[in-house]
Amino acid sequence: MSVMLEVEGLSVNYGPIEALRDVSFAVEEGHICTLIGANGAGKSTTLKTISGLRKVREGKIVFEGKDITGSTPVDRVLMGISQSPEGRGIFPGMTVRENLDMGAYTRKDTKTPAYQQDLDRVLALFPRLEERIDQFAGTMSGGEQQMLAIGRALMARPRLVLLDEPSMGLAPKLIQQIFSIIREINEQGTTVLLVEQNANQALKAAQQAYCLTTGEITAAGTGAELAADPAIRDAYLGGGL
Amino acid sequence: MKSLSALLPRNVGRRGKIIWIVVGVLFAYSLPLLELPLISTPDVDFAGVLFTMAIYVLVALGLNVVVGYAGLLDLGYVGFYAIGAYSVAMLTAEHGSLGWFAALPVAVAVAMVSGVLLGGPTLRVRGDYLAIVTLGFGEIIRLMAVNSDWLGAAAGVTKIPAPPNIGSDSAGIFAIPHLNWDAGYPLIDLSNKTEFLKFGVLDATPYYWLALTFVILILIADVRVKDSRVGRAWEALREDEDAAELMGVPTFRYKLLAFALGAFVGGLAGALFATRQGFVNPQSFQLLLSMLFVAAVVVGGQGNRWGVIVGAMLVVYIPERFRGFADFRVLLFGLALMLLATWRPQGLLPPLRTIKARAMREKLADLESGDDPEASNA
Repeated sequence: MSVMLEVEGLSVNYGPIEALRDVSFAVEEGHICTLIGANGAGKSTTLKTISGLRKVREGKIVFEGKDITGSTPVDRVLMGISQSPEGRGIFPGMTVRENLDMGAYTRKDTKTPAYQQDLDRVLALFPRLEERIDQFAGTMSGGEQQMLAIGRALMARPRLVLLDEPSMGLAPKLIQQIFSIIREINEQGTTVLLVEQNANQALKAAQQAYCLTTGEITAAGTGAELAADPAIRDAYLGGGL
Repeated sequence: MKSLSALLPRNVGRRGKIIWIVVGVLFAYSLPLLELPLISTPDVDFAGVLFTMAIYVLVALGLNVVVGYAGLLDLGYVGFYAIGAYSVAMLTAEHGSLGWFAALPVAVAVAMVSGVLLGGPTLRVRGDYLAIVTLGFGEIIRLMAVNSDWLGAAAGVTKIPAPPNIGSDSAGIFAIPHLNWDAGYPLIDLSNKTEFLKFGVLDATPYYWLALTFVILILIADVRVKDSRVGRAWEALREDEDAAELMGVPTFRYKLLAFALGAFVGGLAGALFATRQGFVNPQSFQLLLSMLFVAAVVVGGQGNRWGVIVGAMLVVYIPERFRGFADFRVLLFGLALMLLATWRPQGLLPPLRTIKARAMREKLADLESGDDPEASNA
């Protein structure tokens, strides 16, 4: 196993407010790695910084041995980093198919067999999307929109996929389903960096886990180690119940 | 040309469609000659009104790229219109003696560059802030014109030459008579002829033909661009800028492109306006004009090229058609805008997909009313 993504001493500001302070972690190739933490801990900021939407104040990001701290979001997509944004980050006025096409925007190979193969793969993971392929994305339920956001991220054929709160606002049964799909995506060979408030599920799925508290990494280990940590249990897993 | 055919009667083949398009285009060109009753404006020169309509259609098509496609609210579009007009004035009359054909591309290029210069620093701000910055831009351009002697100051620039005539300068190649409907049926009016092709002061018809030709060219370009990767990138960044960026759309570059193309068309419209009028002065480029341009786009249905064309035509046509109502016409125009905002907030002809998406959403809401949408998913 080699390190695929390495974040070193990352600090990010929103104006004068420090959102991330000296955050360092690494994602091993082939793993599911999760960042857990409370609301406002800086989890989403971390993902947005990795995909290039936020500027780095200090520190660096290394992807497969290359320093990408200054790269544009487009370059990072081309290198193989793809993100499914938080909440309803889909294009509501486009159909499901058009959303998926946008996911493959950098590839320029629509209408080729390779593209069709990837589309088939996504639709096999999310049969729901196939049923709704010509429906406008904004008219779908929250769970379907989430599936679309993940599927769209996969259409870029990423080596590393960043998932921002895929279980947010979903019913418990649907959360189970989303997590089993995340495992499947990982087994198909895509490394996953998963940001979650639902620490219980996330730690179960992840080989690597980090806990982020108000912009700093406060715990690291395997998913099982963090799940057994009493402090984590108390804070994020409803410990004591 | 998918959207074009949506306008045409159904169940006509490809050939039928082409025939319909040709008939429509010929009709548009012959409008000033037909002098149709009811449609023509009784109190003002109809060809002049048609020319202004064509100019506004150009403006609306350009602004639609910025507002409708890329979703950037530009309240200072008159600035580009003014730059196009003043560039022609500077090059042909005030500081140069370039011919019209040489001046037009330069004027359009200047407008386009000014779009890039304005967009470069300002397109990094979003939403309302962009609207304020562009609002300021429109005023700055006008105030520059007022205060700079080099630009003719408040008096403006006169003696802008007309485009070169085709055929003899006195009568063109041939003359086409207009129709006269005074008797209740059409008669050929030999006392009222348009010379082909003489750009004179009295007859606005050749100017209308010139502007209409540009409208058609821009329309074809619009269809091509909208159906390309560029069009899809604009749609994505309008819907969700961050998500578009994550898909690998360089959003800033595409916003700048929308701005530049919009400025290009705005500059072209301004240049044609200056050519027809023969002079420019700062009063022609009031802030109100920007509002009227945005109104044309919003009234028609932003994002739909046919909608904004209709919007632009109405914005010019209604006040001219009802000139008989004197000062009340502006009041009526305002009332019409208010009614429209209340009853058709999406505009008269919103993009087809907006209508479809809404219908679908309503259908779904009906189906799911009462129960939790997530529950039906599990």
